Amino acid sequence: MVKQLAIETSGLTKRFGDQKAVNSISLEVPSGSVFGFLGPNGSGKTTTIRMLLGLAEASEGEIKLLGTEIPKDLEKALPRVGALVEGPAFYPFMSGRNNLLRIDAADRFSDASTRIQRVESALDRVGLHNAGNKKVHAYSLGMKQRLGLANALLKPRDILVLDEPTNGLDPQGTREVRNLIRSLSAEGITIFLSSHLLSEIEMLCSHVAVMSAGKIIAQGLIEDLRNEEPTRLILRTDDIDAAVETLKANGIGKAKILGDQITCEVDPALDVASLNAKLVRKKVSVNEIRLQRSSLEEKYVKLTGEGFEVVR
Amino acid sequence: MFAKTLGIRLFLSELKVMFTRRRTWAMLAAIALIPILLAVAVALSSERLAPGEGPPFLAQVTQNGLFTGFTAMLLALPLFLPLTVSVVAGDTIAGEAGLGTLRYLLISPVGRVRLLVMKYLASLVFILAGTFTLMIAGATIGAILFPVGPVTLLSGFTISIFEAFGRMALVALYTTVSLSGMAAVGLFISTLTTVPVGAMTATLVTSGVSNILGNIPQLEWMHSWLFTYYWLDFADLLRAPIEWGSMLNNIVLQLGWIAVFGALAYGRFTTKDILS
Repeated sequence: MVKQLAIETSGLTKRFGDQKAVNSISLEVPSGSVFGFLGPNGSGKTTTIRMLLGLAEASEGEIKLLGTEIPKDLEKALPRVGALVEGPAFYPFMSGRNNLLRIDAADRFSDASTRIQRVESALDRVGLHNAGNKKVHAYSLGMKQRLGLANALLKPRDILVLDEPTNGLDPQGTREVRNLIRSLSAEGITIFLSSHLLSEIEMLCSHVAVMSAGKIIAQGLIEDLRNEEPTRLILRTDDIDAAVETLKANGIGKAKILGDQITCEVDPALDVASLNAKLVRKKVSVNEIRLQRSSLEEKYVKLTGEGFEVVR
Repeated sequence: MFAKTLGIRLFLSELKVMFTRRRTWAMLAAIALIPILLAVAVALSSERLAPGEGPPFLAQVTQNGLFTGFTAMLLALPLFLPLTVSVVAGDTIAGEAGLGTLRYLLISPVGRVRLLVMKYLASLVFILAGTFTLMIAGATIGAILFPVGPVTLLSGFTISIFEAFGRMALVALYTTVSLSGMAAVGLFISTLTTVPVGAMTATLVTSGVSNILGNIPQLEWMHSWLFTYYWLDFADLLRAPIEWGSMLNNIVLQLGWIAVFGALAYGRFTTKDILS
């Protein structure tokens, strides 16, 4: 059976003048996944999201959102999509509750008879029940962010597109939002999570696409991507020569030596305990022995470069 | 279901947003202040103007308070009413874009054409509220400060107080029609930018330019095309029988402006990338 894709783009490109903000990307977001859309600031993530939601027109390429063509059948798809795009935005002179009522009234496919009830349960879900009557200009950034999430949850959705959802939240709020995302995902909602925070993606996502300078430079299961980087054995000992010899005898070569530390690439399934026993039997004094698992960060930095400089 | 198709709920929500803003009420209060200032100034001054001196109708105000609204309308039309219209019409799309709420309305999904139409209709409601505020405030303060009685019209006929209220409503409606073309211009300008103040200023400038062009005799050939051309002709409604000619011409002219700038706004807004 062909795996269903919640979002599928091919050759998606957005030009601003001569510059390609998004350069021929082909996203494949499986239904039911928590899909991390990772990339440094300015790499084209938000522009991509704008095209997915029909806010901006693609210069080239095709988009399928929940099986419908964008922008042709945009209005068929949008009611099933909840979104938080480039930060929350509300009327500061109206209360949080009235803001939600307003946006829901704008949605021509929403049911007016359940409106009040849906707004209340959305406020409940993000913990804003007690602040619903406050005017938005009195909200903190974190409260606005929650209200933005409440807006995305006004109706039962098939996919949530969340652009930097934990921006501006305190650690507690960040945790709550992450838990919320997990519980929404458990309900079967596909989550498309854009973030520049690697730890966030690593914590929440099953899949990831890495954007850099308008291009997707890696995409797939987060595990696969991580495993592309080698696992390393770290061994600290005073008997470097004997240790290297023992390692060789066990099929572990290419040792890099720095002071009293030996580093070599190994099979991730290596049994460290039995290797340690062998070393001890050879009278090698082991000060430290451990496996360093590959991290996504390593892969990410390798892909996007260390530079602090804005790419363009 | 019916209400949904027609977008009545969206329209009501649009009005709710407009009338939740303090700005809207401040502008209506300022509009109400015009006839009040006028009437108080006239009541306090001991000099009596000779007929024909000062703005039209001013002499009549002291004899009949019901004229206050008409005189105030003449004073408010060149600048103050257009100012409030430019604030509301310039804000329609640019204001939402500036706040960022435009993107959330569009992905709700509101439908771009539907939003444009609702925004325009809501700005007409504001104009209606403004013109009626001015007439009602005028009649009220006039009744407090001056004698009130049957109104002698420009053509010498006298109509009852009751009928005079009808004429006031007609003048308010006439002015609403007069400003509807300008509101369409403002709507179009509002689709061009994400800075509402810029759109408001530009809209006000168009009415200023239109007024200036209308005062240059060498450009007479274009005068009847300017959206300001019939603005002051509401006086024709104060004759007996009413001269409907300027009303009809005005309606046709304003519909033309609405058609052209509505189409431009549509063309611009439906193809625009929303990057705010």
